[in-house]
Amino acid sequence: MTDFPWMTTLLLVPAVGALVVALLPKGFGRVREVALAFSLVTLALTAVAASNFDIGTAGQLQLQETYSWIPQFGVSFALGMDGIALTMIVLSVILVPICLVAAWDDVPNEGRRQHGYFAWMLLLEAFMVGVFAATDVFLFYVFFEAMLVPVYFLIGRYGGKQRAAAATSFLLYSLLGGLVMLVAVIALYLQGPGGSDGFLLERLTGLEIGGTTEILLFLGFFLAFAIKAPMWPLHTWLPKAASEARPATSVMLVAVLDKVGTFGMIRFCLQLFPEASEWATPVVMVLAVISILFGALLAIGQTDMMRLIAYTSISHFGFIVLGIFAMTTVSQTGSTLYMVNHGFTTAALFLIAGMLIVRNGGSRHIPSYGGWQKVTPLIAGTLLVAGLSGLALPGLNAFVSEFMVIVGTFQRYPAFAVVGASAVILAALYILLWYKKLATGPAPELSAPVTDMSVREKVVVVPLIAAFLVLGFYPKPVIDALEPAVTTTLQTVGITDPAPTADLEGSDR
Amino acid sequence: MFTAPEIDYLAFLPLIIVFAGGLVGCLVEGFAGRGQRYAIQLPLTVGTLVLALVALVTVSRDHTGITAAGALVTDDPALVIQGLVLALALTGVMVMGERLGGATPDAFTQAGVSIPGSQEEALATKLGATTTEIFPLTLLSVGGMMLFPAANDLMVMFIALEVLSLPLYVLCGLARRRRLLSQEASLKYFMLGSFSSAFFLFGAVLLYGYAGSMRLDVIADTVATGVGMEGLLAPGILLLSVGLLFKVGAVPFHAWTPDVYQGAPTPVTGFMAACTKVAAFGAMLRIFYVAVEGARLDWQPVLAAVAALSMVVGAVMSIQQTDIKRILAYSSIAHAGFILAGLIALEQTGASSTMFYLMAYGFMTIPAFALVTLVRTAGSEATHITQWSGLAQRSPWLAGAFAFLLLAFAGIPLTSGFTGKFAVFTAAVDGGYWWLAVVGVLASAVTAYIYFKLIMVMYFGDESVGTHVVRPSWLTTFAVVAGLAITLGLGVAPSPLLELAEGAATFLR
Repeated sequence: MTDFPWMTTLLLVPAVGALVVALLPKGFGRVREVALAFSLVTLALTAVAASNFDIGTAGQLQLQETYSWIPQFGVSFALGMDGIALTMIVLSVILVPICLVAAWDDVPNEGRRQHGYFAWMLLLEAFMVGVFAATDVFLFYVFFEAMLVPVYFLIGRYGGKQRAAAATSFLLYSLLGGLVMLVAVIALYLQGPGGSDGFLLERLTGLEIGGTTEILLFLGFFLAFAIKAPMWPLHTWLPKAASEARPATSVMLVAVLDKVGTFGMIRFCLQLFPEASEWATPVVMVLAVISILFGALLAIGQTDMMRLIAYTSISHFGFIVLGIFAMTTVSQTGSTLYMVNHGFTTAALFLIAGMLIVRNGGSRHIPSYGGWQKVTPLIAGTLLVAGLSGLALPGLNAFVSEFMVIVGTFQRYPAFAVVGASAVILAALYILLWYKKLATGPAPELSAPVTDMSVREKVVVVPLIAAFLVLGFYPKPVIDALEPAVTTTLQTVGITDPAPTADLEGSDR
Repeated sequence: MFTAPEIDYLAFLPLIIVFAGGLVGCLVEGFAGRGQRYAIQLPLTVGTLVLALVALVTVSRDHTGITAAGALVTDDPALVIQGLVLALALTGVMVMGERLGGATPDAFTQAGVSIPGSQEEALATKLGATTTEIFPLTLLSVGGMMLFPAANDLMVMFIALEVLSLPLYVLCGLARRRRLLSQEASLKYFMLGSFSSAFFLFGAVLLYGYAGSMRLDVIADTVATGVGMEGLLAPGILLLSVGLLFKVGAVPFHAWTPDVYQGAPTPVTGFMAACTKVAAFGAMLRIFYVAVEGARLDWQPVLAAVAALSMVVGAVMSIQQTDIKRILAYSSIAHAGFILAGLIALEQTGASSTMFYLMAYGFMTIPAFALVTLVRTAGSEATHITQWSGLAQRSPWLAGAFAFLLLAFAGIPLTSGFTGKFAVFTAAVDGGYWWLAVVGVLASAVTAYIYFKLIMVMYFGDESVGTHVVRPSWLTTFAVVAGLAITLGLGVAPSPLLELAEGAATFLR
């Protein structure tokens, strides 16, 4: 079974699903069920593919497939995954069905609107698998850019009042970053060995470029990833987009798509341009710390729930970038784990906030709430759990990764670690203040009675909370998949951990 | 003593077929009855173009060489450009022949000679006069376009330029609605076109003075040996370029483009935008790659500046437009800049990427203008951007097709626009003009704004505007479907055509 083209299959199933859903007849009543079925099949196939993945050698690319695509440009259709890619793909395919269920009643079945929403979501899933699995720089770029189209339509067609402006802002930022990267992609190819497979990652890794050229290439890639990630000061599109989009769209956007930015930093910036990465480290670290503090401070001051979550994400992405560029095994493993944890946490926050918004007449305005734990105790309670995960409470998922990032960073850059760690206090502030304003106090006077969590909504929330607990208490399997890949990356960069290595998890290492 | 030059007629069989078809078309105009003309002309024109294409592929390909006393050349680039002109003209003619259920090609007036609003015009309309002279005019213009890139002599090139231009001037003035605008466009195009021809002629004369011959190979030899009137070379090249740059609509010779594109009957605009550009770039390739390649230091910087200006001006001006035809006109200016960026890179990739881009651009432009003809309000075309508001709800197929073409214009991956851009930018970076590629991607990001704004209007706008979409016959449908298929095909699997373009990038001299 190992010769089976798993990666292509994982890519094709949701893509075909998107096509099928788009072409369903107009009055068809079960659009959502069909879409969900395709996403579940993808999930099942991913599970099988993952069982064919050898965790022991998670540092190497596995399940590789390489076909010649445009030999004139040196482009191959090459897919494969290491531990990090596997984890990100698993995260994506888990979140998609959850989001589909969450968006169940968001889009009315009139005209082809529902067809459109679910088809775009599936197409997005296909592109997400592609972007994490691509082992050809050109192919990665193709998916990276193609992803913009479904997201553009998901925000612009199905969002709130300011959706068009939000979609345009998202698109222009991303496109600008992507196009600058395009020049770097071209120049990288011309630096490399060339030929009909000259875009393969393995052929471009370990090039001796050096000097200004390497720095320019690094910047070309980094700019695109920093916009996507989003890092201060290139983040301004995110709050708009996340607040105007449907909750499920925001989850896709923040929990998965933005990860392409940090994923790209590890996979491309560090591996392809090690010298330039070292050169840029101080600046990037400063920007990361600014992102951490800036996002947290703005989150405290937010009155719009969706924006609040978006700003917390900017803060968390700061942590991820900090850990990546601190370049210790612990910090980078922490960052990659953080990418997973943040995915689940943010998904829960957006989706549960979305449930409240529906019940409160569509208002995202935090002061318009109050006392909701008396009205909908279950929703308020799960929101609190998700919030505690967001502020990295020990025992919940985000704690492990945040701790690893800070400890790992401390090994090399104590000052940055200390400043970054102070954001933990801010996180407690923005989460708890939000919860206080929203859920505590006297019960609100509602014009219509409001029901607590429905069965469908429980289906959405339960897997997410389960993920919090599993990753909080027993993150070892995921860390086992991530750490070898991180080690490989650091070897490529040529950096060794500062001695003595902190002994994190007892003596079994 | 005069010896008749040997002419390889088989090499120019397609050209002969097209001219013969055009002349037969003129006879039909003179002798066939009013009612029968359309029924004769359309099949005649389509048949001529198909026959010429077949002759090109089967006969001319085996008769390459320089012939007619060195005045004409059939080589691979010429054949590719000619084939492209024929294929594009074929789709263009289909759109021109569209009657939308009426008795006469819908976009064209019944009486071109009459004064707009005059009694003559009313009478012609009442009598049901048909406009069929457009077909032979188009064929004659196509003949000029095929001769243009096959000319090995500046005099022949000038003749070709006039042969291709004069019918176009007339065609531009034949719009059925907004007659005054159309006639103004015609006059403008004629006046400015004549100026540019004069520049071309002047340049040709200077080069004759420099080399003592109008033949491109002689000029090339003179450049190589450096024994000529040195002072005449650079001015000659630059003046010659003015004529060519005018035809492709490059800045600063672009001013006519928006007005003429807007005023001309929309099918003519599509034909003109695609085919003229192909032919003129074909001629440009020959001049710059064959005749004056040795003097590249004189002209390369100038053309690089023109390319950069075209990209920037086209992009920036396009975002201010509110008329769809004008948007496409400014975008064509930007695209001319992109093509130039590939062209001036020289080397083989320069020629092949230019040809590939022309192919991609042509096959997205004609369908785009064809779709514009279908959106109507009160009988005439609705080209103001607000009139397209909410079109996706009423006509999902048209909106979908147009949106896809816009994605291609914007250069999103998996469309021909992306492959083309990648090809020309690679050529530019490869040729040392990486700054031009940077300008190009920035301009792309700017133009993306207007393309996505159009998508936004169609998909996210409200639908309470009084426009409707007319149902096209198979003629337009064929043109649009073919264009879409090629746009998608060149995006997903461009390999065969890239190979063709690369294999055909060697000029005979």
